[in-house]
Formats: sequence, structure tokens, C-alpha cells
Amino acid sequence: MPSFVPANPASNSIGSEGNIVQSTQNTDFGSFEHSFGFRIEDAINLSRNPVFNQIKSNSRALGTDIQVRALNKSVVASETDQSSTASASQRIPLQKESQRNLVSIPGGHSENWGDSNMADTSPRTETSTDDTDDRNQRLEAGPSAALVASDSSGRSKEKPADQKTLRRLAQNREAARKSRLRKKAYVQQLESSRLKLTQLEQELQRARQQGIFISSSGDQSHSNSGNGAMAFDVEYARWLEEQNRHINELRSAVNSHVGDTELRIIVDNVTTHYDDIYRLKDTAAKADVFHILSGMWKTPAERCFMWIGGFRSSELLKLLLNQLEPLTDQQLMGLYNLQHTSQQAEDALSQGMEALQQSLAETLANSPPGSTESSGNVANYMGQMAMAMGKLGTLEGFLRQADNLRQQTLIQMHRILTTRQSARALLAIHDYFSRLRALSSLWLARPRE
Amino acid sequence: MDRVKDLASKKAAVIFTKSSCCMCHSIKSLFYELGASPAIHELDREASGREMEWALRGLGCNPSVPAVFIGGRFIGSAKDVISYHVDGSLKQMLIDAKAIWF
Repeated sequence: MPSFVPANPASNSIGSEGNIVQSTQNTDFGSFEHSFGFRIEDAINLSRNPVFNQIKSNSRALGTDIQVRALNKSVVASETDQSSTASASQRIPLQKESQRNLVSIPGGHSENWGDSNMADTSPRTETSTDDTDDRNQRLEAGPSAALVASDSSGRSKEKPADQKTLRRLAQNREAARKSRLRKKAYVQQLESSRLKLTQLEQELQRARQQGIFISSSGDQSHSNSGNGAMAFDVEYARWLEEQNRHINELRSAVNSHVGDTELRIIVDNVTTHYDDIYRLKDTAAKADVFHILSGMWKTPAERCFMWIGGFRSSELLKLLLNQLEPLTDQQLMGLYNLQHTSQQAEDALSQGMEALQQSLAETLANSPPGSTESSGNVANYMGQMAMAMGKLGTLEGFLRQADNLRQQTLIQMHRILTTRQSARALLAIHDYFSRLRALSSLWLARPRE
Repeated sequence: MDRVKDLASKKAAVIFTKSSCCMCHSIKSLFYELGASPAIHELDREASGREMEWALRGLGCNPSVPAVFIGGRFIGSAKDVISYHVDGSLKQMLIDAKAIWF
């Protein structure tokens, strides 16, 4: 138990502080470790405290302050013990009260000095926000309280009651700290959950685009078309792999200069393989024409150049013209004509698609001026929908004709070219689309700010 | 059937369509692009439209429209027209039937 030995009778308030420090040197250091630690910061901050300044002006506080500081430092340096919350709260009530009155609220950092976390023996300790508020209030009552609190004789009598209060306050602080830690953990959990949620949403969006219909009502027809789209994607991926193999075979055949007959066989293999994908597309279009038309089964760069569910034959021919030299005049003429006819057919089909869009828009926008009979409206609406449904059905026809055009153009091209030229043309076409696919990959993987 | 044959022989290029059919619109555009001016008969505007459609289906035209006749001869539907167009024979047929001159 601390006792008060007046060492400096001249200064009343600060002098008593100095007394306390001196007296506690003789007692169990462990109990007061934390309070000392705290006090050093207080001492440093004391100069900022208006109350202290007031007191300072009244007495030789400065000298005592330095005395206190030096004393505290030596005490803290020799500390090794950890003390419990209870013992720590057994501050010298006198000390604490005077501290409260004289302390300034440090700028930023606070640590609950009533903590059970007594491991911190560093001179630089912090106060909790709770304590800061606590102290703020006391500070406001400061000037008068300081003088009251400096009465040394009064303090010793209030000690037991204050100990309970101190303990309670320390426990409160402890509870508050734990609560803050829990809150922090909860917030972190929320943050990570939020991130995960956005990731899942993105995945869902991507999956939806690929035709997987996720419905709470479990609509069978939707899931069917979704399955059709997914099935096609899988089959297309397989087709691409097979295509790569065929093309590699063709490339090695061309590079090793095999005979025409052998080359012809390999070229025919490749063109037959092309027929496979058109068959697949036809089947998939019956299940889900919009999936094919959307081009979601293609990579983004390929999709950019898409025309009615696939490539533009006229563009492809333009690309090939440069790569197939040397060409005879007849071949050149034939290819130019082919490019021209392909362009004409593409234009015709595009015009048909535009007419379809326009017609569909007119059908849906055509709401008759409101009739009084509601059943009439319903009948109109249903009639409109039926008509629109019919128009949508013709989309499949357009896709089929577009694919037909692509196939026919390739067939005609092979008729114009020699076997070797056909081989080179197939390699060039494959390389072009490979590059587009590679571009898509690069694009998707590009670093974003 | 008679009506169909009758109409088909009246002009070098004849196309049977329906007003609501957009593929018919495409085939018409193609013919105009080639410089032909085919006779267009809309089945939904014809009195015996349904019978004519049935007759066209009988010829093997699926879908029934557009149905293309050149020089009185049944050529086919959209698919056939495009195939003939790509390999150049459509143009030749039109020239032969004197629907176009070059």
C-alpha cells in the first residue's frame, strides 16, 4: 500500500505527485507498472494540458515534472513483472485522479491502459477512446477538481471506494476492447463475404450468357435450351481440337511436299470435317437459335467480326487472295467473281434480317388505341405475340441460309484452286482464326488499372 | 397447281412469296441486285393462295416460300437459289431465260 511521504512540501499539487512516485519505489513495482508507463506519456503530454499549465504557473511544477519523469523511467526500466487487471487497477487513487485532471488527450493513439494485456512495458503507452472520453469529461471539470484532488489528506480516505470503481472501470474497458475486436472481426468477415458474393455473381452472369438458365421455378423448357447451348459449346470445343489435329497433319504434309493424290485425301478430310461443325450448328440452332446468333460460343475478337452466326465469306476470300499467289488469270477471275457473288448473297440476307427486325418491332409496338373492352385488348395482345413468335421462328431459317452460303463458298473456292493451293488456303484460314482466338486471350488477360 | 404453272410461265423470272416472309425479301433483293425484275405473287393475297402453297409443297419446295421459277422451270427455295448463285449457275439461268442480259 502506498503511503505519502512528502518530499517536496513547497509545491502542493505536483509535489504530491512527486511524493507518490517516490513512495511507490518502495512497494511492489509490478502493481504499478502500467500506471507508470502511462504516466510517462502523461508527463510528456502534461505541458499541453491547460490545467497543468495553470498549475504550472502556480508552482515550481517544471522541476518536479522532470523529477517525476526521471523517476518513472527508472522504475519502468526495471520492470519485469506482469500484473493482473485487478492489481493494475489498484492504482494509487491519488495518482490516478491527479493524472486524470492533468492529462491531456493525446492526438491519436490510444490503448486501454486498464487492459489485462500488461505485456506492454514500453514507456510509450496509449489511452483508449473510452478513457479519453472519460478523461475529457473530467478535464472539463478540471480546474476546480485539480485543486480539490490535490488535497492529499482527503484522498487516502476515499481509497477503498475508488478501488472498486477503478476495478469496475478497468473491466468496462476490457469489455469494450473485446467488443471492438469482435466488431472488427465481424466487419472483416462481411467484407470477404461481399467479395465472394460479387465473384459468384460474375460467374453466374457468365454461366447465364452461356445458356444455363437458373430459375427458382425450374422451368423445364428453359433448361432444355440451356442444355442445348452448353452441349453445343462442348461439342464445338471438341471440334476445334479435332480441327487442330487435321490442320497439323495438313501442315506437315505440305511442308514435306507429299504427292498430289495424298494431299488431296488430307484436304478432303479437312473439308469434310468442316461439314461436321455446320451439322452441329444446325442441330444447336433448333434448340437455341439465339445462342448461335449471339456468338457466345466464339471468342470475343471472333465475335466482333461475326455475321449471322459465323464468318463473312467475302471477307475470308479477300484475305486469301493475297496468300494464294501465284494464281492464273482464270483463277484470279474466278476468285474475284466468287467474292462478288458472296458479297451479293450476304447483302441479300442482311436485308432480309433487317426487314425481319423492322417487322418484329412494328408487331410489338403496334398497340391499338385503347378499346373499352379489356378482353379485346387481351385478344389483341395474344394475337400480336403469336405473330411475333412466328417471325422469331424465321431466324433459324436465316442462320441456316447464312451457313449454307459459307459452305457453298468454300466448296466453290476449292473448285477454282489446285490441290496444293487448296491446302495452303485451308492453312491460311485456320491460322487467321487461330490468331483471332489468341488475340481474344491476350485481350481478356490484359492488365487493367 | 394449274394456277402456279400458269403464272410461272408468264414471265422469265417468277417468285411466289408471302407478304410476311422476310426470307422472300432476301431472295427478291438478290434478284434485283442481279438486274432481274421477277414477277412477285404473294400467296396470302391470292384467292387460291392455300391451294397454290399446297401445290408448291408438292413440288418439293420446303419451306413453301420463296418458290423460284426461271423460264417456267421450278428452281427451288432459298437454299437452292443461294447455292446456284454461288456457283454462278443462277446468273447463267437468268441469262438463258432472258431475264437478264449480262
